[in-house]
Amino acid sequence: MRDFEYVAPTTIDEAVRLMAESGNRAKALAGGTDVIVQLRGGRFDIDRLVDMKKIPELNEMSYSEADGLTVGAAVPCHRIYEDATVQEQYPGLVDAAFLIGGIQIQGRATLGGNLCNSSPSGDTIPALMALGGTCDIAGPNGRRSLPVEDFCTGPGRNVLQDGEILVGLNFPSPKANSGAAFLRFIPRNEMDIAIANAAASVVLDDSKENIVSARIAVGAVAPTPMMATAAADGLAGKAASEESIEAAGEAAKAVASPINDMRGTVTQRVHLVGVLTKRALRTAISRAKGE
Amino acid sequence: MATTADRDAAAQGKFRVLGTRPVRHDGIEKVTGAARYGADMLLPGTLHGKVLRSPYAHARIRSIDTSKAEAMPGVRAVATSADFPIIQNREVNFAQSLQNPRLMAENDLADKKVLYKGHAVAAVVATSPHEAEEALNLIEVDYEVLPTVLGWREAMKENPVLLHDTLTERMTVSRADPGEDTGKPGNVASHLQLKLGDVEQGFSEADVIIEREYNTQTVHQGYIEPFACTAQWMPEGRLTIWTSTQGIFGVRGNVAAILDIPESMIKVVPMEIGGGFGGKGTGYLEPVAAVLSRKTGQPVKMVMSRKEVFEGTGPSSGSFIRCKIGAKNDGTFTAAQLYMVYEAGAYPGSPMAGGATSGLSAYKLEHALVDGYDVVCNKPKTAAYRAPGHPQVCFAVESCIDELAQMLDMDPMDLRIKNVAQEGDRATTGVPHAHVGLREVMEAIKAHPHYNAPLGGPNRARGVATGYRLNGGGSGSSATINVLANGTVNVTTGSMDLSGTRVAVAMQVAEVLGLSAEDVTPQVVDTDSVGWTGGSGGSRITFDTGRAAIAAAQLAIDQMRDRAALLWELEQDDVEFVDGNFVSKKNPEDRFTFRELAGRLMATGGPVTCSAMDTQGGVGGALAGNIFDVEVDPETGKVDIIRATAFLDIGQAAHPSYVEGQMQGGTLQGIGWALNEEYFFSEDGVMANSSLLDYRMPTTLDLPMIDCEIIEYANPRHPYGLRGAGEHPIIAPLPALGNAVSRAINQRVYTLPITPGSVLESINERDANGS
Amino acid sequence: MPKVHVQTNINGTDMDFLCEARQSLLEVLRDVLGMTGTKEGCNDGNCGACTVILDGRIVDSCCVLGVEAQGRTITTIEGVASPEGLHPLQQAFLEEAALQCGICTPGFIVAAKSLLDREPDADEGRIRHWLAGNLCRCTGYDKIIRAVLSAEDIAAGRGDRSAASTGAGAGAADQRDVYND
Repeated sequence: MRDFEYVAPTTIDEAVRLMAESGNRAKALAGGTDVIVQLRGGRFDIDRLVDMKKIPELNEMSYSEADGLTVGAAVPCHRIYEDATVQEQYPGLVDAAFLIGGIQIQGRATLGGNLCNSSPSGDTIPALMALGGTCDIAGPNGRRSLPVEDFCTGPGRNVLQDGEILVGLNFPSPKANSGAAFLRFIPRNEMDIAIANAAASVVLDDSKENIVSARIAVGAVAPTPMMATAAADGLAGKAASEESIEAAGEAAKAVASPINDMRGTVTQRVHLVGVLTKRALRTAISRAKGE
Repeated sequence: MATTADRDAAAQGKFRVLGTRPVRHDGIEKVTGAARYGADMLLPGTLHGKVLRSPYAHARIRSIDTSKAEAMPGVRAVATSADFPIIQNREVNFAQSLQNPRLMAENDLADKKVLYKGHAVAAVVATSPHEAEEALNLIEVDYEVLPTVLGWREAMKENPVLLHDTLTERMTVSRADPGEDTGKPGNVASHLQLKLGDVEQGFSEADVIIEREYNTQTVHQGYIEPFACTAQWMPEGRLTIWTSTQGIFGVRGNVAAILDIPESMIKVVPMEIGGGFGGKGTGYLEPVAAVLSRKTGQPVKMVMSRKEVFEGTGPSSGSFIRCKIGAKNDGTFTAAQLYMVYEAGAYPGSPMAGGATSGLSAYKLEHALVDGYDVVCNKPKTAAYRAPGHPQVCFAVESCIDELAQMLDMDPMDLRIKNVAQEGDRATTGVPHAHVGLREVMEAIKAHPHYNAPLGGPNRARGVATGYRLNGGGSGSSATINVLANGTVNVTTGSMDLSGTRVAVAMQVAEVLGLSAEDVTPQVVDTDSVGWTGGSGGSRITFDTGRAAIAAAQLAIDQMRDRAALLWELEQDDVEFVDGNFVSKKNPEDRFTFRELAGRLMATGGPVTCSAMDTQGGVGGALAGNIFDVEVDPETGKVDIIRATAFLDIGQAAHPSYVEGQMQGGTLQGIGWALNEEYFFSEDGVMANSSLLDYRMPTTLDLPMIDCEIIEYANPRHPYGLRGAGEHPIIAPLPALGNAVSRAINQRVYTLPITPGSVLESINERDANGS
Repeated sequence: MPKVHVQTNINGTDMDFLCEARQSLLEVLRDVLGMTGTKEGCNDGNCGACTVILDGRIVDSCCVLGVEAQGRTITTIEGVASPEGLHPLQQAFLEEAALQCGICTPGFIVAAKSLLDREPDADEGRIRHWLAGNLCRCTGYDKIIRAVLSAEDIAAGRGDRSAASTGAGAGAADQRDVYND
């Protein structure tokens, strides 16, 4: 790898200016667990690396009932899963932050970086989608915001334009009787890339017997993580039963258009989408019931 | 140094030191980060070398233009195969495989062809590793890309693409024999045939015949330390190499041959070695670093990346094995036959012969036929990996036996015990078994509480298998004993310590001299400082180097008896060494402790230093085994190991903790081989998973504790009964896990690795067949 | 590109160094500062041999840039023992024979130290989970896990309970159920 300039701005405006100046010859650095390895592997060649960790707003994590949870793009995973509020309100997010890499990786890796890396198998992205997350983006033309599911546009590609940075993610406050869960399937029990992953969130009615609404997202089975909208919508108004879960799991397979590669086959991945969706739904429903 | 409780010896009472668990002598350096491994060497003025590697699996090199790289600021020199004299003036001799220095040189820097993705083509030396790496991009190689011979199937088909224009098949009938050249061109380097009796007659006597086909993939040793070395070529021609290797004398010999310089001009200094498992028997970087040092006049350091380790060093062979066994209804084997194909990679020399000689040898067979083929293909040249060639064939044979046991409705260990070979029975090589504890290990497995314990849940099953290996060896070890004035002893060897062999050798010296393990300080020294010593492989160090050290210690005792005799005005024969004391036979009141006499050496003629060499070999064969309980997730195909027990006949454990460590570590590698590890090649021969992320070695969460059952069936060829511990433990996990999963899903597994995807397919196949 | 001047604290000592932006913290420790106890196994965050403690958290130093050390506090394997003697983990690794080739040992000890500093009574399952980012190819992990359990006892002045944890590996299975389905 060629040497590059390292800069560590302390404001969003400065970061945007530094990123814009170098266009596609700049990269943002947060936890570095992807970008440093990719630089070393020759995935891209840059003139400037912009460290986002000195910008206060990108390190913030805050929660209020009105505004939900805001997670700065440079907040490492361990801060998320060790936070008592997140543990209580967003167990689905804890699932995701807790299974990225090993403890060493979790000490550095961020949700923001995982999203910006935009890998089809990105381990937290379906969870962010199922939780209804939105992305807060700053750029030369000001700020904009969009749902997480609209962020990734292809393997390693996303909506960020030259000069734009991800500031943070926002998740609405969980509704009453709601629950979410994320899981993945890997051949080992740790330190692995998902063959498939799935996240689900559900809102139950007051009886906790019926599903009011659901969101399902799946990963590693298409060029980007995908919302399984039809599968989720089909749960609305249904009993929170094994039969409904089974139907949703089968329906979720429809969004899968995976490839054969060293990590898994098309058949295996489509099958796993069904299995993982069902398992995620079971846990999400159980959490919604307060079990 | 603290000593761990003497619990094992107390139970056993045979030895004072052997069987106890002292803290290893090199331990403090290793737990504090002070120990220096291959990449930890940094001489003043060191330059850094990097290797350009082929992007193609098979191509002809039309030309290499290094001018732009040489012109880059920071770059000091570039090397290609033209810098290796051996390539110009030595014939290719495929029969010698990589013992032929010409082929070794070509593997280190390609000559006219590249034969695998990652094959070294050129090397750059610069003032920093980053600059050297940048300069690699400036080297222009003109390749004529050739069709890829991706594996044994393509290699052995009719009219195959040829890797080597002049390679012809050799026919051999014994492992040691170079065989006869059949003159048949192709990608088959050799065909080894071993015969006992008349296999057709044997099968005609069978009530049941089972014949199955098995496949295994290319796997890597996975040592955590990448290859690393530093070379310094002095102006008058002396070359010093600091390297992490399993054999310093082997490196010296290879470098001398490739560079066509006398061994006497080369000193190889061992650094600590961060794992080898057979894969670091042969270096790759040393001759290249030496050439670059000669060109620049400065020390040159070279360190491989993990990707280079996967793509550019020797893994173990992928294999295809057909196994046929005939048996009577009571389980008695009447005949067995193996057809084995092992991929050698780019140059001849797979570990097929090791597998062929051992595969059936744990069993008493009047009629057996083994045909083994060593086949080249466009993959990295294979290197040794722990019990080379054995895990593949054992997967086939022990899976086949397990299935046969199910067909005969027999307990799988009963079937093995019924057919176990005894002392004097002929192994498949035709050589009668020496004193081996095969039955003892099998009976220990069957008697172990794990064997009949409840499985404790659904989707679970138990698998068992054994693994026999006839250890190689006989290449010799040297040792020197220095007696210090305070009554302690230094023991100096040339045996690189991969796993705790320093302490195991020191304990044998302590046993001889009546000292404690802590009183003996083991040192591993360079090629100028110790007698010739073969590499640390073949499970032979504790045995061979131990025996050399014992012999040197006995010489020291004799010299010290002389000194006591001098002081007492007696002859040497009048002094005996009893329980750590020198005692006069004439007057038992006259006695010296070892320490007392050590303190008087300077006054009685000078210090005592004794050296000995042992070239007899004899570590011999032994049997290992494993029991695994697995749970299979029927929805995902994931296999979890619930319980694991390892068995090994070690003759006599020197240091039981390090014997257990070998058993547990071998079990881990066997588990990886069985469940998840494989080179995943694209159609054009590019390894797609050349990282520790996607080459899935087991993590802490993939294994339970591994219980160990050490069986001690003494080896008569060692004064204390030791056998080898290093290699056997990797063998049986492959079939034992295959058998466990097969029983859990009620569908046979014939292909490794047993990935979740393959288990799902097996489950679907089972359901489709309605079985 | 000019080198960057970085001020940092390593093993309790303030120090500064010059490095290129592209050099990792691992390279700086080993090649610039000569602290070779931290090892390179993969250089991409998948083996843990280069584990160091950065501001109280373990990280793979191959995935941190040297320039990022500015103003931070770092502990490496060289800072684990004290002039008074070995750390209980180091003592336990020796007595339990929890190393063979030893190349992964510094990473394991640094990672385990970080666990014991925050959870002095971590059980087998928790230890396995915490150390899952550290690969060992020699030991099968059995003796490493026992050494960490034993170190907890040494640190707490208890008798050795590592030998009591044997057999079925229930801890690992439980941990999987909880964290990884």
